[in-house]
Amino acid sequence: MTFIPVILWSDALVFLLISAIIAATVYVRKRPHLRLPWQRVARSSVAMVSMLVLSCFLVIGLLDTLHYRVALPQAGSGEKVYSPEVLSVFDHLVGPLRTHTEKTYSAPFALHLYAKESMNDAQGNVVRDYPRLQYGGAHLDDVSQRAADVAQRTVGGMLAGALVGLLLAWSLRRHLKQRAVQLTLVALTAFIGALVSLAAVYHVLGTDKVGQDVLYLSLKSIRTGLIIGTLTTLVTLPLALFLGVAAGYFRGWVDDVIQYVYTVLSSIPSVLLIAAAVLIMQVTIDTHPEWFETSAARADLRLVALCLILGLTSWTGLCRLLRGETLKLREMEYIQAAQAFGVSSMRILSRHIMPNVMHIILIALVMDFSALVLAEAVLSYVGVGVDPSMISFGTMINGARLEMGREPVVWWALASAFVFMLVLVLAANLLADAVRDAFDPRLNRTEGGA
Amino acid sequence: MIAYLIRRILYAIPILIGVNLLTFALFFVVNTPDDMARMQLGIKRVTPEAIDRWKQQRGYDKPLFVNTAADSAGTFTDTIFWQKSASMFVFDFGYSDDGRNISREIATRMGPSLAIALPTFLIGLVVYVSFALLMTLFRATALDMAGVALCVLLMSISGLFYIIGGQFVVSKLWHLVPISGYAGGADSFKFVVLPIIIGVVGGVGSSSRWYRTIFLEEIGKDYVRTARAKGLSELRVLFTHVLKNAMIPILTGVVVVIPLLFMGSLLTESFFGIPGLGSYTIDAINAQDFSVVRAMVFLGSVLYIAGLILTDISYTVVDPRVRLQ
Repeated sequence: MTFIPVILWSDALVFLLISAIIAATVYVRKRPHLRLPWQRVARSSVAMVSMLVLSCFLVIGLLDTLHYRVALPQAGSGEKVYSPEVLSVFDHLVGPLRTHTEKTYSAPFALHLYAKESMNDAQGNVVRDYPRLQYGGAHLDDVSQRAADVAQRTVGGMLAGALVGLLLAWSLRRHLKQRAVQLTLVALTAFIGALVSLAAVYHVLGTDKVGQDVLYLSLKSIRTGLIIGTLTTLVTLPLALFLGVAAGYFRGWVDDVIQYVYTVLSSIPSVLLIAAAVLIMQVTIDTHPEWFETSAARADLRLVALCLILGLTSWTGLCRLLRGETLKLREMEYIQAAQAFGVSSMRILSRHIMPNVMHIILIALVMDFSALVLAEAVLSYVGVGVDPSMISFGTMINGARLEMGREPVVWWALASAFVFMLVLVLAANLLADAVRDAFDPRLNRTEGGA
Repeated sequence: MIAYLIRRILYAIPILIGVNLLTFALFFVVNTPDDMARMQLGIKRVTPEAIDRWKQQRGYDKPLFVNTAADSAGTFTDTIFWQKSASMFVFDFGYSDDGRNISREIATRMGPSLAIALPTFLIGLVVYVSFALLMTLFRATALDMAGVALCVLLMSISGLFYIIGGQFVVSKLWHLVPISGYAGGADSFKFVVLPIIIGVVGGVGSSSRWYRTIFLEEIGKDYVRTARAKGLSELRVLFTHVLKNAMIPILTGVVVVIPLLFMGSLLTESFFGIPGLGSYTIDAINAQDFSVVRAMVFLGSVLYIAGLILTDISYTVVDPRVRLQ
């Protein structure tokens, strides 16, 4: 099977972000004074457990970022034609989850559909009953075998996963010293093992209205959430950093102009500003259908534009913080000494001011991440979020909220979105707290020898 | 004080002009009225005549800034900018796409919005501050830890789930209150009580944690030690000394949102079918009614600036050391 790699806009930006993070890591590793706060983070078991959970999400998100298009089989020779469907490595790995779609709703671990259908029984009479699922539990003869099969697969999967986890914990024992972290690692791999062995034959979280596996949808939503939470910072960061530091350092009319701009922006309620900008973007995208080769490319550009808009509307808070800090810093003796020696403004800013506001930036970025993931869901509900064809927590909730009114109630899609979002945001919040505690210089610590 | 207020209000004018220009640029320059007409009438198979008719009905067929065809005064007044954007300064928002007067619509919808937002705000404030004081009282104990953990957990849940879950449990399973709807007068109680409770619960996590941080910062200060040295009980110290001194940081975050209560809550109102400004905004966004969105953006920034001025005034009320000049 031949394929052609596809790099969507968001993929390119993710790669940019990853290379920036790698560069920053290399830079920090060489400098003990920069390494110190990170070592404080590493000593907190809560932070390390959160990091572990987050890294699972990250791996899924990254696998889901490597996109490609498969070549269509064709008769005779001629130009190769590629399928309009953009797939990712993640799609390939979870194969059956994506392709095993049923007709409509089915409950978690169900063998039958959730809606009755007319069928012919053995005698040829038409009866209305719940039809068997095409894929979910198809290897079983009837429902009575299910409990034993599920238990067997769960235990088998958990044992295999736990074994991998123990090996991992043993090989990483120099880095993951806390017992709690090691236990979490083993528990996580055991959980993943059980999930993998069950998901191969069941719809573990049921299926949605069009029969798609809810587990697959939840896992695909991770990438969208992560992208919104991280790419937005690519916009916020330079704007807030340059404008905030410039306003604080140069004062005078520069300060006036920058303050005016951010007061105007922050005086508009953020949801409305985002809604207005997204509506405008939608008009632009809809009136230029010729820009996009595939529907995935359109949805992706909308996602990137959403990050851009979120970034353009949310840099003001960080900018204000940085301006205040720079105003304080510029009165410090070492800055005045540098000025007296005739060091240029650019050099003072880059060598003396910026390194000293980095902790504020880092704290603000990790704190913003979870807020952005939550915001995506709300914005998609309001109708100004990601493209409706893009799988995200927001679109999942939006599609599922009317199902709560059904009789009998269809709860699994909403419950899955809830659990996945809760775990992601909770882990991010806990990590953010640990990072803030480690980097905030206002907290006085007593550390011997550090 | 009066002079200060006048200056603040005058300072608000350039900001509002900025907001006005920004929305104007967003809605009329980035996308021309032609684009909007094509969008509204369907992308394909739309005749130029249909676009012209659409623009003429809504008054979008004029030039943006300068109308050279009109006579002296009309050069500037007979333009889109003057009629659609500048008129917002006198709260004349024009007509929505379904032909209603937006200003009148806003006036009638403020009531239901306030009926939800005001009680949520007041009850919430009392609950959050009390919870935060409780955590501060038991600081560095297991109770405090559990409180903080609960806060982090609650703030990690999307607001959508509070609403969907609350509606499902209280209205659908227990049948205590109607799922959605609104009625005026005394009947409104059964419609607003659930949104208010959900609004309060949804904010517990982040707000209580924030207040706790403020109280903990205050409690490390010298006057607290003095108060304790005088032999005052910890409760007394907390309520009379710490709470009073924490008023300034609390007010900074709280007073600014009071005027914005008029805008209502987008999510709550749309889920509960409250005919307030929040659901008005959501409906306008979904129907792509740009004049309503523009009006709400302008109204929102006016209220935000009013909130900033109110915050300054509130400082002088709680802290006699603050002088505005």
